[in-house]
Amino acid sequence: MDAIVIVGAGESGTRAAFALREAGYAGTVTLVGVEPHLPYERPPLSKPENGAVTLKAVCSGEALLGAGIIYLQGVGASSLDAARRSLTLSDGRVLTYDKLLLATGARPRKLMCQGAERALDFRTYDDAKVVLASVDASRSVAIIGGGLIGMELAAVLGGKGLAVSVIEAAPKPLGRAVPSHFAARLHSRHIEEGVHFHLGQGVCEIRQNTVLLTDGTSVPADVVVAAIGVQPEIALAETAGLATGNGILTDAFLRTSDPDIFAAGDCAAVEQYGGGHVRFESWRNARAQAETAARNMAGAVEPFAAIPWFWSDQYDLGLQVAGQPQQDHQCVMRALPTGELAFYLDDGRLVAAAGLGLGNSLAKDIRLSEMLIAASVRPDPAVLADPSVNLKALLKNAKAA
Amino acid sequence: MSWVSACQLDDIEQEGAIRFDHGGRTYAIYRGPDDRVYCTAGLCTHEAIHLADGLVMDFEVECPKHSGAFDYRTGEAIRLPACENLKTYPAEVVDGEVRVALN
Repeated sequence: MDAIVIVGAGESGTRAAFALREAGYAGTVTLVGVEPHLPYERPPLSKPENGAVTLKAVCSGEALLGAGIIYLQGVGASSLDAARRSLTLSDGRVLTYDKLLLATGARPRKLMCQGAERALDFRTYDDAKVVLASVDASRSVAIIGGGLIGMELAAVLGGKGLAVSVIEAAPKPLGRAVPSHFAARLHSRHIEEGVHFHLGQGVCEIRQNTVLLTDGTSVPADVVVAAIGVQPEIALAETAGLATGNGILTDAFLRTSDPDIFAAGDCAAVEQYGGGHVRFESWRNARAQAETAARNMAGAVEPFAAIPWFWSDQYDLGLQVAGQPQQDHQCVMRALPTGELAFYLDDGRLVAAAGLGLGNSLAKDIRLSEMLIAASVRPDPAVLADPSVNLKALLKNAKAA
Repeated sequence: MSWVSACQLDDIEQEGAIRFDHGGRTYAIYRGPDDRVYCTAGLCTHEAIHLADGLVMDFEVECPKHSGAFDYRTGEAIRLPACENLKTYPAEVVDGEVRVALN
């Protein structure tokens, strides 16, 4: 009997399970998840409404049953034997498969300083509950790491009336994923909201109620959260001898070095058209790769070709980025009543766009930009800069051309 | 059926949407490529994101966060992660004024 096993019941693994059924796969589908919950969405964890963490399930238990998906909840996978096509679970059970999907995600990078065990992680629903409960009884919080998660948390916790400090080793926050213009805007907004920044600083030691920095500064911190990024969960892939690097290496079809094992989501480092492997950590990527991997496991031969896209909400501002803006791209700004858009051209071709504005007000422009990127347009920069030119009209012209 | 005046037709761009709040609830009003108007519940059935910020293409509105999509004429959920249909309400244009029937 045909059987597909999916390891990891986050956004990616769960989406893949349903996408297999949508692709007409009729065999057994088993979804293995280590967390003791229904599959849930991670983005809402760092954007709690009214300060409370809620578990937003990806799907109901009934939906899993209805699609004939066997969900093994609260069970890990301990080893994988690719030659025998067998997966051993943490409770000793052994599952055999025809095809396997690794959607094992990522885990928080650990601090290496003295007192590191005092720092709380922020990745899972249980982590979020601990952080929110801890700050309720505290006056100050230090967030180590000024990336997207750290900055979203700073916005949320600042709103609860705590003294919030962000400690970042780089000279500026949000340096990795956010174009510098928008990173600077968000940084200023955090300063206006009273967040204290300690930039270009390492952490020497985490003591009770204090974080000691490399320059000798003591940062008051009843609670310390580590948000210094994640590392892909590749241990299981390594037990099977699969090729790994910064993630589980796959080809453009999301196949690992074993043709019956696929990988998708935060754990997957996917071969790029121009060479090299790239790993993305976003909600949309987790779902899009899951859908491609599922169709390919069900028999299709389809390269993964989605344009990367993510969003971040901080205070009343919404950031969206489509494509991968680079320093050497020509950047064209467009000012709008509720914010700003930036378009990035590579040798005249539109390759990326970003927007920062009130709420979701720029979302449709970013969506249209994404379609323009996919259409490989070479727009006149003056037209992109002109707020009176509707991007939808540009798209229709491009399609008619 | 009681009709409520919501806005002028000219307030909505063609293939566009605006938000309309009334009686403690929020709605989205669309002007289709056919220049007719349509009204749905304002919030996406997936995660309560306002659809008036979403992209309207033809007769489809897309959630600005998660790209779930609906046919705003019928409220039918046509793309994941949206799977529950949107409630729709009658809408009409009388002398350039958009009116909706909300109960």
